[in-house]
Amino acid sequence: MQNAKTYRISFVFLGIALFIAVLLNIGSGSVNIPFNEVISILFGGNPEIESWKYIVQEFRVPKALTSILVGGGLALSGLLMQTLFRNPLAGPFVLGISSGASLGAALLLMGTSLLTGLTSFSFLGDVSLALAASIGSFLVLLVVIIVAQRVKDTMALLIIGLMFGSITSAIVSVLAYFSSSEQLRRFIFWSFGSVSNLSFNQITLLAILVLIGIGLSIFSLKSLNALLLGENYAQSLGVSLKKSRMTLIIATGILAGGITAFAGPIAFVGLAVPHLTRQIFDTMEHKILIPAVLLYGSILMLLCDTIAQLPNSASVLPINAITSLVGAPVVIWLLVRKRKMMF
Amino acid sequence: MEKQAQNILSVSELAIGYGTKKVAEHINFSLKPGILCGVVGVNGIGKSTLLRTLARFQPMLSGKIELKGQSTKQIPPEKLAKELSVVLTESPASKNLTVEELIALGRQPYTNWLGTLTSQDKKYINESLDAFLLNDLRHKKCHELSDGQLQRVLIARAMAQDTPLILLDEPTTHLDLYHKVQILKLLRELAHYQQKTILFSTHEIELAIQLCDTMLILDGKNHPFGGPCQLIEQQHFDGLFPSEMVQFDPQTGTFKVNK
Repeated sequence: MQNAKTYRISFVFLGIALFIAVLLNIGSGSVNIPFNEVISILFGGNPEIESWKYIVQEFRVPKALTSILVGGGLALSGLLMQTLFRNPLAGPFVLGISSGASLGAALLLMGTSLLTGLTSFSFLGDVSLALAASIGSFLVLLVVIIVAQRVKDTMALLIIGLMFGSITSAIVSVLAYFSSSEQLRRFIFWSFGSVSNLSFNQITLLAILVLIGIGLSIFSLKSLNALLLGENYAQSLGVSLKKSRMTLIIATGILAGGITAFAGPIAFVGLAVPHLTRQIFDTMEHKILIPAVLLYGSILMLLCDTIAQLPNSASVLPINAITSLVGAPVVIWLLVRKRKMMF
Repeated sequence: MEKQAQNILSVSELAIGYGTKKVAEHINFSLKPGILCGVVGVNGIGKSTLLRTLARFQPMLSGKIELKGQSTKQIPPEKLAKELSVVLTESPASKNLTVEELIALGRQPYTNWLGTLTSQDKKYINESLDAFLLNDLRHKKCHELSDGQLQRVLIARAMAQDTPLILLDEPTTHLDLYHKVQILKLLRELAHYQQKTILFSTHEIELAIQLCDTMLILDGKNHPFGGPCQLIEQQHFDGLFPSEMVQFDPQTGTFKVNK
């Protein structure tokens, strides 16, 4: 098989790229730490300046891990959505799933005072934020699926997704109007998106969510491939549509919802990465595409985060802005070059 | 009992439709292995609905459908996929699949949970590629194919699924005469040499009369079923279309336009 061999080379190439991206990401930041020192810290050595060790171990490594989880997970959720809806424009952001997560987060961060008059967050653990965002994205996904069954036109579905985005932002505005400046700030910062400042506990939880998403995707491999033919054909191949649709929705909800909860709504990674991946891996076989989008998404996220950190400067750009700046032109480029987006 | 078991598909007193809207009723026919059967009838009479009902995409309203003597209602989906394959009018959702990938999907009912292809599966895929003259196209993407080629690929996929019964919904639409004949002749070979039972709907009545072993005419009344010559003798084609427009000539088995 000539194909299998070329895919192996591509995977090796992506693996090396990921390794370089990780080093680049850990090696750069607001504090200039010489590269050989970074390497030695990673392998347990002691640097010239003690604080460097702290910065690398407590700040940069968790950030790189978060980037990998966020990028890979979002890319995978995008791939699942595109196959589920058989639409090249599907992605967690476009279909309003991220908006749903935002709504969940907003209700938790700002709505509690509105409802109960409580101002403290002390009882709100990381789990509840993740849960709120996941539930939010689930609800939107469920509505989208219900609508998808009645409205066969996928363009209408995308527009409905956009409308959900509008409704969500309207509700968020209302919430913001009634909330304290402290709560508002929390939400705004969350909505900028960030892969830093996650504790190891939070990262573990995020990793578990992403692993569940990956597990469900692998479990659905056959139905994903069958869905490429369309729902009727998939059914004729023995796929239980209801079951596989539900599995994929849950997987996407956990991935997109969980990630959005911890890292904020991060745009375009889910939409763009599957298309970028198909440029390298000329196949629709999900057995190849799933690991490929995981790798590609991780690399892209690490690079976006590296840029967002503005190496050697103290300021950090919102990561959401960077992914949009990278992702949107990619989508335009694909459309212009290929004339139409091939799914 | 024994005679019943010989039939691959037998349909009795079947009523089809959507919810409360009955499209056709009192459909009776049965098919033995190695039979090519064409379903004809005017637009909207229920050809597609019949095929969709047989493939279990929609529930039947009443009656009985039996596959090898077993009611299809009782067959679980993954087992039904080994008994019955379909070729639909809709083209595959992803046109980015290669010919080989698409045909390989036909093996899904037999592969393990990861969809790994065994040498047995590859044998079936290669046989299907050969049978439908697709060897040179195997690495082409579906969007690079002509309508006739794509139709051949879809039928080859159904063949790779290796089911005793294959249902096709209008496999010859959008094709020129040459490709229509090509597809129908390939189906005929598939039925006769591999002992498949093939049921397809079509508007090509004249071609179907020449190539089919049996035909089912959906006429909205008693739905005659039988060999083409028998149906001609019983004058069932005469009333198929309004006679002031076209008239059936039983000598040649063709329709003549009334000018």
